[in-house]
Amino acid sequence: MSLVLEVNKKQKGKDSWEEPFYLNMGPQHPSTHGVLRLFLELEGETIVNCDPIIGYLHRGIEKLAENLNYNQTIVLSDRLDYISSAANNVAFALAFEKLFKLEVPRRAKLIRTIVSEMARICSHLLWLATHALDIGAMTVFLYCFRDREWLLNIYERICGARLTHTYVRVGGVRRDFEPEVIEELYRFVEEFPKRITDYETLIDTNRIWLKRTKNIAVVSAEEAFNLGLTGPCLRGSGVSYDVRKFRPYDAYSEVEFEVPVGQNGDTYDRYKVRMIELRQSNWIIKQCLDKLSETEGELVLAENSPDLLMPEKVREVSAQPHPKLGVMFKPKEKEIVPVGEAFASIESPKGELSVYVVSDGSSRPWRLRIRTPSFVHISAIPHMTKGHMIADLVAIIGTLDIVLGDSDR
Amino acid sequence: MGVEKSTIEIAPGVRQVPGAPVVVTTIDKVINWARAGSLWPLTFGLACCAIEMMATGASHYDLDRYGIIFRATPRQADLLIVAGTVTKKMAPIVRRVYDQMPEPKYVIAMGSCACSGGIFKTYAVAQGVDQFLPVDLYLPGCPPRPEALIYALLQLQEKIKKETKRWGYWR
Repeated sequence: MSLVLEVNKKQKGKDSWEEPFYLNMGPQHPSTHGVLRLFLELEGETIVNCDPIIGYLHRGIEKLAENLNYNQTIVLSDRLDYISSAANNVAFALAFEKLFKLEVPRRAKLIRTIVSEMARICSHLLWLATHALDIGAMTVFLYCFRDREWLLNIYERICGARLTHTYVRVGGVRRDFEPEVIEELYRFVEEFPKRITDYETLIDTNRIWLKRTKNIAVVSAEEAFNLGLTGPCLRGSGVSYDVRKFRPYDAYSEVEFEVPVGQNGDTYDRYKVRMIELRQSNWIIKQCLDKLSETEGELVLAENSPDLLMPEKVREVSAQPHPKLGVMFKPKEKEIVPVGEAFASIESPKGELSVYVVSDGSSRPWRLRIRTPSFVHISAIPHMTKGHMIADLVAIIGTLDIVLGDSDR
Repeated sequence: MGVEKSTIEIAPGVRQVPGAPVVVTTIDKVINWARAGSLWPLTFGLACCAIEMMATGASHYDLDRYGIIFRATPRQADLLIVAGTVTKKMAPIVRRVYDQMPEPKYVIAMGSCACSGGIFKTYAVAQGVDQFLPVDLYLPGCPPRPEALIYALLQLQEKIKKETKRWGYWR
């Protein structure tokens, strides 16, 4: 039974000073990072119970995907986690390539790695901006958006869109990098570590920041496993798990990088993990750029990749012997896509993003299931907020780095 | 007209008495000038477009220079930018937020989803916010660029400047 229904039950036959205080937060609250609604049971300022109510951004993406062909489905993936849409594109494309048994050219793999790491930097910068804004540091917000704008300009140069770039296609990427893009990326990679140091000097020694993040929402490694946390939230608790290391996809097996882990599992550790990840992403982009010159002139899209406009059905007529008519021509649906199922998971900036697709041979997925990190992370909010002050709630929502488009789908 | 003879026009519809610090104009003009110069939108993000709305308000595009400052409560806001997909579950809340805003209030439907439902023609999505809100300005794009949002806000300012008799009673 949901908490909302329990309220009426509990309030019966009680005096007003005995009953707990119920507070509704959201879905229009600016600190809930979208349209998350939290129903809180308070005792003074301490949170006794917290009930997240989601579904305010449910658009039926999984159902919609069943009526679109495989390349069109990637357009929907942009709108899942709209802060790091390149990473979502990669997850979808990887699952479809497994289904199609396509081999992606090496240059395309390197380019995909670059764009997904750029997406990670974009996402972490937006996380830092909003998390710091929630806690009360306005300056960080402005600095982070300045640098995020730089990356978005590079994205625009690559594919023409700032936020929802359907850049990755099944079998590679849409178009090759221009030489100017590579120059600009080199400039970014050189400059960005200094910018990270700037942010850290702003908040690392800030007393308010430390008081509001240290020992807030402590999650032990075992709890993190049980809650199903992935990504920086799991690594902040000291578990070294990263899909890029354990099941490398794209060009991650070629590049060197470290997986940062925290010790205490509090909000501050998760912040630290993400800051190190920013540096690691920067390093990965640099290595990929160096390798990109080796593959100059290669294709970026596999030759046998499916067309953008796949036919809905292809019928082939086969002649079959008939006892009375002699021969009968029977139309039969031809397989456009191999029948079967495929699963792919990537390390998206928020956590592990998995895509599972079932094909019945037509050009559209029969079923598409997306496992998104935000959905699981929202389910951890009641556990993490228990016993904390109401002011810490925004810090906890911020540290989980949730996107409601990702969770509600 | 005595006013026209004794005054000179310094701007369209604004006349000055020569040699005196006196300006003659209509009350519509003054109120519309004040309203258009300080549009305060509500910090209310729904989906992808909200990120572009934030980017417009942040350091690079900086909406503050137009006198546009985001407010976190509907009671202090006079512009609702519906930024993102409005689902059927969210629509009553958007409407309630709109109802909480004091008059005069304006609505910008930002993005294809808010304009018409966009690519999400499904069971869960309201096909455009004009089904339950009086929309002043439609801003297509998926998502619209920050420049497009700035242009939309400037267009809205132009629209406000043309209003008449909206200072005493409502339309």
